[in-house]
Amino acid sequence: MNHSLLFRALLICVPLAIGGCGQDSGTDTGTSTGNQSNAEGVIVDVSDPNAQFVPVLSYRTGAYAPNGTPVANGFTDYLKLINARDGGINGVKISFEECETGYSTSRSIECYERLKGQGPTGAAVFNPMSTGATFAITEKAPVDKIPLITMGYGRSESRNGGVFPWNFPIYGTYWTAADILITHLGNINGGLNNLKGKKIALVYHDSPFGKEPIPLLEKRASMLGFELLSIPVTHPGVEQKSAWTMIRKEQPDYVLLWGWGVMNSTAIKEATGVRYPRDQMYGIWWAGSEPDVRPAAADAVGYQAISMVSSGQAQVHKDILSYLYDKGLGSGEREGVGEVLYNVAIINAALVVESIRTAQSKYGDKPLTGEEVRWGIENLDITEETIEKLGLTGYMYPLSLSCSDHEGKRAARLHRWNGESWEYSTDWITADDSVIQPMVRSASDTYAKEAGIPTNACDS
Amino acid sequence: MFYREAGQFKTSYKADQAVFPIFQDKIFVAIWLFIGFVVVPMLASEYMFRAIFIPVIIMALAAIGLNLLVGYCGQVSLGSGAFMAVGAYAAYNFMIRVPELNPLICFLLGGLSATVVGVIFGIPSLRIKGFYLAVATLALQFFTDWTFSRIDWFTNYTPSGSIAVQPIEVLGVVFDSPIRKYFLCLVFLVIFTIIGKNIVRGRIGRAWMATRDMDVAAEIIGIRPVYAKLSAFAVSSFFIGVAGALWAFVHLGSWEPLAFDINLSFSILFMVIIGGLGSIVGGMLGAAFITLLPLFLNQLPVWLGINISTAMISHLEFMIFGALIIFFLAVEPLGLARIWQITKEKLRLWPFPH
Repeated sequence: MNHSLLFRALLICVPLAIGGCGQDSGTDTGTSTGNQSNAEGVIVDVSDPNAQFVPVLSYRTGAYAPNGTPVANGFTDYLKLINARDGGINGVKISFEECETGYSTSRSIECYERLKGQGPTGAAVFNPMSTGATFAITEKAPVDKIPLITMGYGRSESRNGGVFPWNFPIYGTYWTAADILITHLGNINGGLNNLKGKKIALVYHDSPFGKEPIPLLEKRASMLGFELLSIPVTHPGVEQKSAWTMIRKEQPDYVLLWGWGVMNSTAIKEATGVRYPRDQMYGIWWAGSEPDVRPAAADAVGYQAISMVSSGQAQVHKDILSYLYDKGLGSGEREGVGEVLYNVAIINAALVVESIRTAQSKYGDKPLTGEEVRWGIENLDITEETIEKLGLTGYMYPLSLSCSDHEGKRAARLHRWNGESWEYSTDWITADDSVIQPMVRSASDTYAKEAGIPTNACDS
Repeated sequence: MFYREAGQFKTSYKADQAVFPIFQDKIFVAIWLFIGFVVVPMLASEYMFRAIFIPVIIMALAAIGLNLLVGYCGQVSLGSGAFMAVGAYAAYNFMIRVPELNPLICFLLGGLSATVVGVIFGIPSLRIKGFYLAVATLALQFFTDWTFSRIDWFTNYTPSGSIAVQPIEVLGVVFDSPIRKYFLCLVFLVIFTIIGKNIVRGRIGRAWMATRDMDVAAEIIGIRPVYAKLSAFAVSSFFIGVAGALWAFVHLGSWEPLAFDINLSFSILFMVIIGGLGSIVGGMLGAAFITLLPLFLNQLPVWLGINISTAMISHLEFMIFGALIIFFLAVEPLGLARIWQITKEKLRLWPFPH
């Protein structure tokens, strides 16, 4: 009797729960049965023997969902657009599968293992979308011969292709970002030497992501004579009272915010609480998007962040809207197209697609293996013409990679939140490679020594 | 019918006190060992090894360890994640600071370090009981989280606080392929299960159980609570510490302090509770349940060909997982091990229940 009651309760509860969830989840992948006819040729099955498989690690749930969702939408939208508009890369369609990681490293590894062998030739390239996961997958990628593109995150020393042949931190590492921010602070103070005696606080996510910039900032602090105050914030970052109490007490001249997910909007609210001026706060590029500032509303005005790309719509967005969203095939909401993180993901996906295209020029127009795609990434050469062809003029900058430099370019602009949108507030700022290069060298040498791998993969 | 004991006479004390007194149980265990050592390695894919078997085996070791403490000695602990962290970081430090040591010895030394920490943090158990003790062990969890992310010496001054290790090498054999890693973990599990089983049915285990059932009475019949409780903490932490070293070196390969956070402690405790308190096989069943069910739920829609977004799958996974835990605990509060026992009893009479 008891059992049958329980069963009945479950029978009633489970469909209710599913129905309830379906209503508030706004992220329909567009693959529901109603769109099946439209999806023809846009969503390609992973088992298709003529398609190039691209794995997608994403997080649409958990504390990092506000930021993970636009990234996942942008990335998958671009892949779908290539299928819908161009009929694939030189005729080779892209198939992809999303795997939810929740920004957890262990779940990311499980997703990596699950997806690496899918498709006719295995995974083309992984984008871990998490620095913690990048550290873990860096150990596995050389064994499985699958390259990693970690655009704007990951291990900073991994730009040294001689030690890390499989890692590609294209578009800038955290050391580059930190150096650009310090250079900017020097610029507004009339020269780097004027930073002497200043106090700069780093409020960081207590994870490999947040800790990455510390070595560079410490080196810069000792070079320039400013005082560095490192304040960790525990995952997921909703509890920051003590951090901002300390900032009120210490009154640093500048605060660098190295946050992700709900940590960013919380930090801006806390800064308002202790009346720390928002125009003295600078975020990493992952702390400079709409989900970070919108919850803080007007309090966020004046907050600046380094930017890989800002918000706005280029030609490619118009294509995405007409080829996908008008047909009900978009990954997210129409309003989200053109937000900062959406655009970051578009560029990331464009780098993936162009790498595969480059690899095809050597290996032929067919699904390629990870090893072949790796060659394509390393020989990537994005020129102004390519960017125009991609419909990303003004949104992407030219770069070319080489074995010794897997980063491409070390420059970025800052953008400022004006209450409505993000707009660029500075010109291009270039990081000082004479500071970063020796650090990359020594860190990657240490890694090579511990791992027992050669440092001269470029020479062969 | 299948578990018919009729005709199995115990003619000596030795036979009566055997680990598996019933003949059918011996066959059953032999079949499981055969599956583990022969069938699985022949059939499993790389994904199965890396994402399913290896984590389950290591977690089973940790769950057995915690079960010794919680299930047999009745001391509730929320510090298993911390003991695993101590085991992992200690093994790492032994390995990099004394490179000539055999990695397996480093794992055991990692376990011993966890033992030391376990005994120190077990001392409060002499005065604190029940839920209050759980809170005290929670302190250990936060303490280790802080230690390993703040004291750079433990992570060998890596700037990001993330440690990467190479596949271990024992006597010229490099444990890099999934199948080798699987065998390594399986051998560890089998050895530690035998040790655990024999401890709990011996003098020490009886002292633990007496303490669990009524500590005042246990003291009166001559069991020293200090000795019983601290030995339970020591043995349990050793098991969990070794599991932590395996988790870090064999399963993860690269980890950050967050890998051993409070969530890990909770899931090991859930494994013990769902699997069955005070049962060795319960630890294994619980580990399999808690580790595999989310993966199973997560992939089920794809296998069934249902197209729903990954976010939706993830939400459903949490809901169904939670509902199933409540369902299991409502139907059988004594855990999966008890369900297994009932099945055996039913099989004894089946197909003629009268």
